[in-house]
Amino acid sequence: MEAAAGGGCGSGPPLLLSEGEQQCYSELFARCAGAAGGGPGSGPPEAARAVPGAVTAAAGPVADLFRASQLPAETLHQITELCGAKRVGYFGPTQFYIALKLIAAAQSGLPVRIESLKCELPLPRFMMSKTDADTRFGNPAELHGAKVQIPYLITEKNTFKRMDDEDKQQETQSPTMSPLASPPSSPPHYQRVPLSHGYSKLRSSTEQMHPAPYEARQPLVQPEGPSSGAAGAKPPRHQASLIRSFSVEREPHDNNSNYPDEPWRITEEQREYYVNQFRSLQPDPSSFISGSVAKNFFTKSKLSIPELSYIWELSDADCDGALTLPEFCAAFHLIVARKNGYPLPEGLPPTLQPEYLQAAFPKPKRECTLFDSYSESMPANQQPRDLNRMEKLSIKDMADFPVPAQDVTSDDKQEQNKTRLEQNKIRLALKSTADEALPKDMSEDPATSKDSNSLKARPRSRSYSSTSIEEAMKRGEDPPTPPPRPQKTHSRASSLDLNKVFQPSVPATKSGLLPPPPALPPRPCPSQSEQASEAEIHPQLNRAPSQAADSSPTKKDIPYSQPPSKPIRRKFRPENPAPENQEPSSTVGGPASAATGKPHTAVQKQSSKQKKAIQTAIRKNKEANAVLARLNSELQQQLKEVHQERIALENQLEQLRPVTVL
Amino acid sequence: MAVCVAVIAKENYPLYIRSIPTENELKFHYMVHTSLDVVDEKISAMGKALVDQRELYLGLLYPTEDYKVYGYVTNSKVKFVMVVDSSNTALRDNEIRSMFRKLHNSYTDVMCNPFYNPGDRIQSRAFDSMVTSMMIQVC
Repeated sequence: MEAAAGGGCGSGPPLLLSEGEQQCYSELFARCAGAAGGGPGSGPPEAARAVPGAVTAAAGPVADLFRASQLPAETLHQITELCGAKRVGYFGPTQFYIALKLIAAAQSGLPVRIESLKCELPLPRFMMSKTDADTRFGNPAELHGAKVQIPYLITEKNTFKRMDDEDKQQETQSPTMSPLASPPSSPPHYQRVPLSHGYSKLRSSTEQMHPAPYEARQPLVQPEGPSSGAAGAKPPRHQASLIRSFSVEREPHDNNSNYPDEPWRITEEQREYYVNQFRSLQPDPSSFISGSVAKNFFTKSKLSIPELSYIWELSDADCDGALTLPEFCAAFHLIVARKNGYPLPEGLPPTLQPEYLQAAFPKPKRECTLFDSYSESMPANQQPRDLNRMEKLSIKDMADFPVPAQDVTSDDKQEQNKTRLEQNKIRLALKSTADEALPKDMSEDPATSKDSNSLKARPRSRSYSSTSIEEAMKRGEDPPTPPPRPQKTHSRASSLDLNKVFQPSVPATKSGLLPPPPALPPRPCPSQSEQASEAEIHPQLNRAPSQAADSSPTKKDIPYSQPPSKPIRRKFRPENPAPENQEPSSTVGGPASAATGKPHTAVQKQSSKQKKAIQTAIRKNKEANAVLARLNSELQQQLKEVHQERIALENQLEQLRPVTVL
Repeated sequence: MAVCVAVIAKENYPLYIRSIPTENELKFHYMVHTSLDVVDEKISAMGKALVDQRELYLGLLYPTEDYKVYGYVTNSKVKFVMVVDSSNTALRDNEIRSMFRKLHNSYTDVMCNPFYNPGDRIQSRAFDSMVTSMMIQVC
């Protein structure tokens, strides 16, 4: 319907309507007219009297509709005057359309003038009230859902996409983020064209670079920055719509609807998303994200650096170079808003203040406290996690460190000490990775001043690490308990170092067998002779006197056991590598066992068991030694690296110091 | 109350310079530039003492007919220079010191911003607003 066609009164100004506008206006007009027809007595007599055959809209419903546009009464009067209704006395189609267009202009902030009609304007928005269920003005989208919107969207593919999202959005949650979402009925066409193009590009670009985190955001947030003039009119409308049409969960927020900054309010779903993102950067929700970590993260949003800098300035309330959870949510929210076209505010909106965020969303805070207790109670669990994270720092060897076959507790302690060492090393290294946040979080009280944190932590950690290394080493030495001392053997025998004794025992045994000592009885002699031969063979004079001393008492013992020694000796031959402990000298070598007689068999068996135990213990000790040696070498390497880093840092510090030499 | 405020980096290039709008703003730039020599002189004079003992506030650098120039150096060799109108009767030393302290605090806030690279021009709005509050408006 062109203005010419509807121009029963040709004096009206030429009106150019876009297709969408035409449809919208015609529908509204039809409703008003229908209402007029429905209520015969409602319209003023003039209207009924007016041009017969021409459809007119009754003043009553029209007035309701105009009031629904939430414009001040004065403006409405102006509009009615301008559109010519007053002149002609009724609302014909032309007047109605003009009026609607003027309403749109007023809502967009343009002056109510005839000239405004020449501009292409967004569709006027009307608030529906619950009482007017019959006279359904305005917000056809909310009435008819997608049906009505579809004809509007023929021209705009982008807005069509948006509509789908908005529908989903309306189904899923209450869109407080976007003022336009609530009256999405008449998606403004013209003004949105450039922005929506930008938005679609934005969407595609964000989808490309950031599929996971930002996609979830897009259905949540709807464009776009409205013209500033309209912003003022919208918030009160939004509040009304919010109160009306949204779920019960919104009602508590009505108390806070003092804030006329709906775009800056974070919904529950958004909040959860932000918290998850926070946790991905920093597992402890009560701690903070360092500046560099946050910088890397926010740079992914592809906003310009000055904008990001400004957002940081807004959100980091305490200016400490780190973001706590509410600060992070505020920053994220601002980035989201900026990406969707909202101009950044001059100051941090009250709904984004950290105190407000913490108060408004107690649940995550509770989760934070839960996490706190969790983290406190289960430090051991975090450390393995830290281990995983630190793998990329080429400390995988430590994680894969073979656990020596020792006490379990000592192993855990060792691992813990190793992880602590790694954390300390990272702290010292000043590496700007996410892991740095972990040690901060792990060891230091987050309540302490964050500035001193980094400085104090390092010297503290250094001392701590040194003690932990020592403890680890000590514990490493402790577990391999010394082999059980042969208690039944001679006291002096126990002073012998069995390890040293075993090794030369092999050659010694053979040599010992050969020369039967001339001075002593043959069978029992071998032990003595062995001892003597050992004393001769082994250049270790230390042992010689002891052995000689030992040999003397054994010589006395041996003669008594001479007769049975022969067969026993043969028995003991295969047991050559298994030393006996019954006598200190006999323990020296297998053949030394020949000195023992039958009465010693039981003792010998026990001693053999002991020997086996000793040998297993020796093996374990050797393994432990190897393990610890490896550990030592690795730690030495790391120590070197740390030293180098320290030197580099000191150099930098020196450079930064003002030059005093002149 | 200041007529011109400048933040100069360690390498003696300006990070931030702002003066009240007058017809010849360039003279303020010249004044700041020449004051750098005086700053260096003052630093060197104190230089024999330990760095920590050196005071940050340098005081009056040099007076001219119309203006007085005050200086302040941070530990990282970033200099703040403030030009004050001489006709402004008796701006006390304490006031100047407090102004420099505010400048220093705002500067550290700017540094805390991870998106700020040291050596960049300072474009922080908070810093701007703080400087604006310090500068007088010429009617």
